[in-house]
Amino acid sequence: MNPGINASLVIIALSIYAVRLAPFIFLKGTIRSRFIRSFLYYVPYVTLAVMTFPAIITAAGNPLAGVLALAAGLAVAWIWGDLFAVACTCCAVVFVAGLFL
Amino acid sequence: MSKYETPSQSAAPEESRAPVSRGAWIRKGLRDGFPVCMGYFAVSFALGIAARNVGLSAVQAFFMSLGMVASAGEFAALTLIAAGAGVLEMIVTSLVVNLRYFLMSCSLTQKLDPKTPFWQKMILAFFVTDENFGLSSVVDGYLCPFYSYAIAVISVSGWCAGTVLGVVIGNILPDSVVAALSVALYGMFLAIIIPPAKKDRFLRGLVAASMAASGLFAVTPYLKEISSGFRIIILTLALAGAAALIKPVNDPDADAEDISKKEVEA
Repeated sequence: MNPGINASLVIIALSIYAVRLAPFIFLKGTIRSRFIRSFLYYVPYVTLAVMTFPAIITAAGNPLAGVLALAAGLAVAWIWGDLFAVACTCCAVVFVAGLFL
Repeated sequence: MSKYETPSQSAAPEESRAPVSRGAWIRKGLRDGFPVCMGYFAVSFALGIAARNVGLSAVQAFFMSLGMVASAGEFAALTLIAAGAGVLEMIVTSLVVNLRYFLMSCSLTQKLDPKTPFWQKMILAFFVTDENFGLSSVVDGYLCPFYSYAIAVISVSGWCAGTVLGVVIGNILPDSVVAALSVALYGMFLAIIIPPAKKDRFLRGLVAASMAASGLFAVTPYLKEISSGFRIIILTLALAGAAALIKPVNDPDADAEDISKKEVEA
C-alpha cells in the first residue's frame, strides 16, 4: 500500500514525534539494560554513515566530484568539526569540481 | 522563577551569571539559537531541493520541515516517498532512522525538574534535534524548558525558510549549484559522526564498517534490490547491535549487578 505525499508526511511526522515523546511518557528512571544503552549509543553513527555512503557519491552528479566531496568533508569534519563549515566545504568542492569535470 | 536557580549545593561563584529567570533563559536561547539557525538554513535549502525533486510543493515542504524538524529523518522521508514505500516501511524506517532522538529524549528526562508538567515535556519532545539537545543538555542544574523553546523558535524558523526557498528557487538555480548543494546534508552527517569518531578508535572502525557495508549493499546483486530505507534498518540493527555486544558503553551509573554480570561474561 503506497499512501500519497500528504498522508506519507503525516505518517512519518507522527512516527518521528512518537520516537521523541516515548521516553518522556515511559521513562521513570534510567535505562538499566547495558546492551540497550550501548545499542542506542551506537545507532546514530551507523545510521548516518550508512545514509552518507555511497549516497554522497551519486548525489554530486559526477562520481569523481562525489569522492572529492567525501574526502574533503571527512578532512574538515576531522580537523574542525563545525557542522556549517563541513556542509559548505562539501558544496564548494562539488561546485568547483563541476567547473573542471 | 527561582525554580531554575543553580541548586544551592553546587552553587559556585563562576555560575553566578547563569540566567535564573524564565525571561533570561529565553533571551539566552534566542542568542544561542542564532548560529544553529544559520546552519539549518543552508542545510534545509538542500533539503528543499531534494523535496522538489521528489515532487513536493513549497507548502508540503514547509509542513514537512515544521512537522518533522529532523535532517536525516526528513531526508529518509523523501527517500521513502520517492521509492513509493508502503506504510509499514515508512513507520519502521522513521522509527529506526530517528532512534537517536529516543536516546536524547531519554537523557533529557533526567535533566528536567521532576515537577515539570507533562504539557511542557510534550513541547520539548517535539523539538529534540541534535543541536537543541546539544545546547540544552549542558546547562547547569535543571533545564528550563523555555531555553529549549527559544532555541527551537529561532532555529526552526531558519529550517522552514530554507526548505521553502530550496523548493521555490531551487528551480532557477543552475544544475552545477543544485548538485553542489545536494551534498550539504551528507557534509552535515559527517560533521555529526566524525568528531566523536576522532576521539574513539572503536567508533572510527564502526563508522568505516558501516560505510563499507552500505557500499557493499549498493553494488552486490540481490542485496542492491533492497530499498535504501530497509538497508538503513538492517545495517543499523546489525552493526549497532554487534557494536553493543563487542564494546558495551561504560556508565558510572550502571547498577552493580549489571556490571558484575558483564565481568563474569568477559
